[in-house]
Amino acid sequence: MRYLPLTELDRHDMLAAIGAPSVESLFRDVPEAARLNGGFDLPDHKSELEVEQIIGAMADRNMAAGDVPSFLGAGAYHHHIPAAVDHLIQRGEFLTSYTPYQPEISQGTLQALFEFQTQVALITGMEVANASMYDGATSCAEAVLMARRITRRDKAILSGGLHPHYRDVTETQTRYLDLKIVATAPDLTGSEDLAALIDDDTACVVVQNPGFFGHLRDFSALAVQCQAKGALLIAVVPEVISLGAVTAPGDMGADIVVAEGQSLGNPLGFGGPYVGLFAAREKHVRQMPGRLCGQTVDEDGRRGWVLTLSTREQHIRREKATSNICTNAGLCALAFTIHLALLGEEGFRKLAALNHARAVQLADRLSSVRGIDVVTDAFFNEFAVRLPRPAAGVVSELAAQRVLAGVPVSRLIPNDTGLADILLLAVTETTGEDDMDALVAALGEVL
Amino acid sequence: MAHSRDLSRPRQAGSPVAARDTVLGHQGLRLEEDLLFELDSPGLSGVDLPNVPAVEARLGGLERRSEIGLPGLSEPEIVRHYTRLSQKNYAIDMGTYPLGSCTMKHNPRLNEKVVRLPGFAGLHPLQPVETAQGALELIDATAQWLKTLTGMPAIAMSPAAGAHGELCGMMAIRAALDARDGGETPRRRVLVPESAHGTNPATAAACGFTVDPIPANDDGRVDVAAFAAKLGDDVAAVMLTNPNTCGLFEPDMIEIARLIHQADGYFYCDGANFNAIVGRVRPGDLGIDCMHINLHKTFSTPHGGGGPGAGPVVLSEALAPFAPRPWIVHDGDGFALVENDADTGDATPIGRLKGFHGQMGMFVRAFAYMLSHGKDGLSQVSGDAVLNANYVMARLQDVMTPSFEGPCMHECLFDDRFLDGSGVTTLDFSKAMIDEGYHPMTMYFPLVVHGAMLIEPTETESKRGLDDFIAVMRRLAESARAGEQARFTGAPEFTPRRRLDETMAARKPVLRWFPAAETAEAAE
Amino acid sequence: MSELKYTEDHEWISLDGDIGTVGITDYAQEQLGDVVFVELPDVGKTLAKGEEAAVIESVKAAAEIYAPVDGEVTEVNAALNDDPSLVNTDAQGKGWFIKLRIGDTGATDGLMDDNAYAAFIDGLN
Repeated sequence: MRYLPLTELDRHDMLAAIGAPSVESLFRDVPEAARLNGGFDLPDHKSELEVEQIIGAMADRNMAAGDVPSFLGAGAYHHHIPAAVDHLIQRGEFLTSYTPYQPEISQGTLQALFEFQTQVALITGMEVANASMYDGATSCAEAVLMARRITRRDKAILSGGLHPHYRDVTETQTRYLDLKIVATAPDLTGSEDLAALIDDDTACVVVQNPGFFGHLRDFSALAVQCQAKGALLIAVVPEVISLGAVTAPGDMGADIVVAEGQSLGNPLGFGGPYVGLFAAREKHVRQMPGRLCGQTVDEDGRRGWVLTLSTREQHIRREKATSNICTNAGLCALAFTIHLALLGEEGFRKLAALNHARAVQLADRLSSVRGIDVVTDAFFNEFAVRLPRPAAGVVSELAAQRVLAGVPVSRLIPNDTGLADILLLAVTETTGEDDMDALVAALGEVL
Repeated sequence: MAHSRDLSRPRQAGSPVAARDTVLGHQGLRLEEDLLFELDSPGLSGVDLPNVPAVEARLGGLERRSEIGLPGLSEPEIVRHYTRLSQKNYAIDMGTYPLGSCTMKHNPRLNEKVVRLPGFAGLHPLQPVETAQGALELIDATAQWLKTLTGMPAIAMSPAAGAHGELCGMMAIRAALDARDGGETPRRRVLVPESAHGTNPATAAACGFTVDPIPANDDGRVDVAAFAAKLGDDVAAVMLTNPNTCGLFEPDMIEIARLIHQADGYFYCDGANFNAIVGRVRPGDLGIDCMHINLHKTFSTPHGGGGPGAGPVVLSEALAPFAPRPWIVHDGDGFALVENDADTGDATPIGRLKGFHGQMGMFVRAFAYMLSHGKDGLSQVSGDAVLNANYVMARLQDVMTPSFEGPCMHECLFDDRFLDGSGVTTLDFSKAMIDEGYHPMTMYFPLVVHGAMLIEPTETESKRGLDDFIAVMRRLAESARAGEQARFTGAPEFTPRRRLDETMAARKPVLRWFPAAETAEAAE
Repeated sequence: MSELKYTEDHEWISLDGDIGTVGITDYAQEQLGDVVFVELPDVGKTLAKGEEAAVIESVKAAAEIYAPVDGEVTEVNAALNDDPSLVNTDAQGKGWFIKLRIGDTGATDGLMDDNAYAAFIDGLN
C-alpha cells in the first residue's frame, strides 16, 4: 500500500518493543463480537492509475459548465480563476497544515487570514470580519443567531429576495431555539415592504443584494427603520463580485454582512466546498461566531498574528459558545484572498464592470426574443426572465443541445405556479458572444 | 483607500533580534514579509481582463463610487508574497505533526488531481441532474462505502464538518423524539463525558438541549455506574466519542447503548476518532444511532490550515427519516436528487443544513482515498495507526507519565506529572519541541488530566520517523528533569516569530489592517 | 466599609450600608491569569444569590461570577471596560465588578471571613 511506510520487519520490531504478540492484540478493548476480522464486502486496494481511471470515467459522465455555454447562477458562479491561485493553495505548507493553534509556526496561515479579514471588511464596507464560515447559507443562519444574542429578541424577518437555500438553512438551524422566523413570499421584482413587519420583538431583518431574482435594492432606508426599532439589518451577498460595482451593504447601514465567497478563487465544484464571509460592526465582535485572527507582537517586539478572542468558541466556552463551528473553510478562504489580491482595486472593479456589461448585453438580446420578458430592471450579473412555458422543461431541452440555459426557479421553489415560467440567467466574464449566440438561437428554436 | 508606499516608514515586519542584524530583517531563508496592503502600487493588477463593452449600466443607481481600498500588485509580487508566507508554516509535508485528535496524516496528491478534473471542478450544483450523473454516482458510491464501513443503514452527506455533522445528528435525534413523544419532547438533557470535544456541548446547546457531564473512571473511560445513575425520563441522548479523547476504546460501548436505549434515549457517537478502527470495527455493531465522520481526518482530505472539512452522518433506521435534504435516489438507470420538501415522500427531514449538496470536493478526495486503500488497506490504516501510537507510548513511558495504562488506540495521552518540580509546563515543553523541528502534540486537551499531552502519530509515519521523534521527546524529558529550564521557557527560538503576546491581542483586538493615517487618528 | 466576606467561588463582597461591592479574590485572579475582558450586567438587574452576575475572560478561559447574595445592580465598574487588567493588579480594590443594593444585609453573615477563606484556599492546594 503506497501510503503506508511500515514494513513487516518494522511491525515485528515495534510489537516486540511494546511487548504485544500482534497488532490484533492491541484492540483487546474492542468486544470480540464487534470485531470484523475481514468480514465485510468491499474491494481491495487499487493502483493510482486504476483510481484515476474509475474517477475519470465518472467525471466524463458530467457536462461541465465550463465546457459548454452556461448561464447558471443562483448562488454559484462560473468565473475564471487565475492559475497562480491554485498553484499557491497547493503548496504543502498551506494545504497540509492545521488550524494555526501554534502561532510561532503558523504565521503564514495567520498573516493570510489577517489579510483575508481585512479584504472582507473592505469590500463589504464593514469594520471587522472573521476567518470564514462553511458557506453563504450557514453564515446567514449564524448571523440571525448573532442578532438574537445582541438584541436578546427572538424574531427574525427574512426577505422574499433571500436565496431559498439560505432561508431553508436558517429555518433549519434555528428550529429548536425558540426563534420565530417570519419569511415573506418570494419577491420577484424587489418591491416588498419589510419595514412594516418590524416590531419590538424583531431581532433582525435579513435582506439579500443582489436578490435571489437578481434585483438590486437600496436598503439604506430600511437600515434606518431597523435602527429606530432596535433591530439589526443583516445583508446577504450571494455573488461577491457584485461588491466591485454595487454600493457596499456596510455603506447602506447593515449591521452584519454575510456573503458567499465562492466566486473568488473557488471552482463551482458541484456546490462545495465554498467559503462563507462574515463581517460585522466592531462593537459586536464578541458576539461573532467562528475564528478571528488578531495582530500582536512577539517576545522580541516584532509584529505577528494569533488566533484571538477564543473564549467565544466551543473549545473553551463549550455549551455557552457563540457557535459550535470548529473547522471552517480555511483553504477556500486562502483561494479567495489570493484571487482578490491578484485583482486588486483596479482588477476587482473591472471584473465587476465586465460581468455587469455582459449581463446587460444578454438582457438586451433576450428582450428581443419573442415570448421572453426580462423581469429584472436593476441587476448585477444575473436576472430573471419570464418564458411562455415552464422554465424547467426549456432548460432540459436546451441541456440536450449542450446549452446550460440557467436555473429554473421551480428547481428551488417548486410549488409556486406563478414562478414556474421564471428562469434565472447569470453572465460572467467567462460568457462570450458565441455563448450568447448559442443561447439565443437555441431558445428561439424551442420557444 | 490606496496610498503610496512610505519609504521612510520603518519596516514594521522586520526588526531583527538575532545576534547579527541584517538590513531588512531577513535571516537567510527566513524571509520577512510585509502585509499585502503595505505593498500597494496603486493601479497595478495581477489579472489582465478583456475590455468592458460599453453599455448603459442598470445598477439601479447603486454604483459603488468610493474607493474600496484594495492594494494593487502584479502577479510576480503576489506569488512571492504567498510563497514567503507559506514558508512560515509547519505542515505534514515537512514533518511529523502529532496533533492528537486532529489526525494529521499524509494527504495523497492523487486526490488533489482527480478533484480538479473539469468534470467535477466545472460542475454547477444546479445544472440539470441528467447532465451531472457522474457526480451523483460518485456521491452515492462514497455514501455506500461509508455505510458499509460503519455498518449503518442510512447517511446524510451534506454536513460541512464534524461540528456540522453533530448538529445534523442531534437535530435528527430531537426530531425523532418529538415525533415519538408527540409534539415537543420533554426530554431535554444530553449526557456528555467531561473528556468530550468542546463541539459536543456546544452542539447540544444549539439544539436546545442542556448538557449534563458524565464523569470518567480512573481508567479514563466512561463510569458506567455514574452514567446509568444519570439516566431518566428527561434524557434525550448520550454523546460519546469512541475511541475516546484519551485515546482509549470504550469497552462498555454495547452496555452503554443498551442502557440509553432502555431509557428511551438515543446514542450519538462522535466519530472524530474513527480512523483508529476503520476496517476493523463497525460502529453500527456497537449499538449507536448516529455518528459523524470527519472526512478530513479518517479519509485524509487536507486540513488546509483550518478547513474545509466534511462531516457526513450515518444514521440508524430510527433516525433515517429525519435526515436533512438533499439526498440521492436511484432513478431507473440513473440518479436523481431529492432537494425540496415536495419530493421527500414519507420522510420528514429536519430541513436543510447547507447550500446545495454538501462538500463535493471532499467526497471526490475521500472516494479516491477509499478506492486507493480498499478493504485491505483500510484495516492496515487502523492497525498501523494503533501500532504507531502504542510504539510511541511504549518508548516514552519510562521518561514521561502516561495518564492511563495501555494499550491505547490511535493516540497516547500523557500528563505533566513528569514535569513536577522542573519549572517547565506542558506549554513550555511543546514550544521546545518546535525548536527541535516538530509540531507539538495537542496540549491541555482532554481536560480530564492535568497538563495533557495527546500524541497521535498516524499511520503515515515511518518507524524511522517515529524513532527520531522518540529520541527528541526522551531528550527533552530528561533535559526538563535535569533542570535545563531555559531551553523550554525561552522556546521557540528558531522560528519566524518567538512566543506571541496573546493577552495584548485579546485586550485590544486588532483584527484588520488600517492605513497608517487612520491608525494615527484612532490613537488620538 | 465593612471587612470583606468571601464565597467558595472566590467572590468577595464588602458592605457599606445596604450597598455591597462585589469582586473576585486575589487568589482567583492569579488562577485565571491575565484578564482580557469582563462582561458586566446591566444596571438595574436583579440578581438572586448564586445567579450569574458577570463573566470574566482570560486568554484561554472564561469564568462566571455569581452574586454572593440577593440584590439589585446599582453600579458597574466601567473602568474594567478600558482596562480589564485592573482585576489582576488590584482584584480586591480597583478591580471590583458591581455594586448591589441588598435587602437583607444579614445575608453576608454566612460567608467566610479573611481567616476562614485563607484556610479554605489552603485546603485547595
